[in-house]
Amino acid sequence: MAIRRTYVRPMAGWWRRDPFFVHYMAREATAIFVVAYAVILLVGTIRLSQGEQAFGEWLEALRSPGSIAFHAFLLGVFLYHTWSWFRIMPKTMPPVVLAGRKLAPATITALGLAASAAASLALFVAFAGLAR
Amino acid sequence: MKRSLQPVFWLPFGAGGMLSALIGWMLVLVTGIAAPLGWVGWMTFPNVLAFARTGVGKLFILAVIALFLWHGAHRISHSLHDLGVRSGTGSMLFCYGLALAGAASAAVALLLVG
Repeated sequence: MAIRRTYVRPMAGWWRRDPFFVHYMAREATAIFVVAYAVILLVGTIRLSQGEQAFGEWLEALRSPGSIAFHAFLLGVFLYHTWSWFRIMPKTMPPVVLAGRKLAPATITALGLAASAAASLALFVAFAGLAR
Repeated sequence: MKRSLQPVFWLPFGAGGMLSALIGWMLVLVTGIAAPLGWVGWMTFPNVLAFARTGVGKLFILAVIALFLWHGAHRISHSLHDLGVRSGTGSMLFCYGLALAGAASAAVALLLVG
């Protein structure tokens, strides 16, 4: 009996085939950098527990040009994360019905982005208040 | 009906995603750019130490580190599957295990701070 050679759709590079998948993968890739930033903060917390000199070294490392450049990149990634998180929010949360109408996806995204701006501003003010 | 364990994985994932979407960019801006460049003078040893010695401060630092790690671990674990890595106990242990280890290290460090 002849060996049957059925067509198997190749999966290599599947996500580059469609802009929708590219967005999906970009969104997923932010996770790597969220982890990277958490690790930076974790190192800082451990250095804090080791005393003033250790923490000073961590602060010094943050002042290096490489670190500043990396954080500028991280800032872009986090802003993309914020945007994409609230952009998919209409699909990830249960529908909200107001006065018999479903809340529009664009409204949910806009509310999320406004919440991020408000929460971040509040955090900034809190930090400023604590430091005084 | 058998209870699903899934919420244990995605609840902290969602919490971490939401927390990082709300304040992540501001944290990066302050700790990684504004403070090191001297735009704000808040991030000094006495200031951060005093913050980490309060209950609210400990909770905030632990929540940010633990939830960000878990959020990333969950997404990476699923993306490994998308990239053709067979998901199983090994890849889950790797992703979630490292996130838990990181969270535990942060908790210990915060206890040592006093």
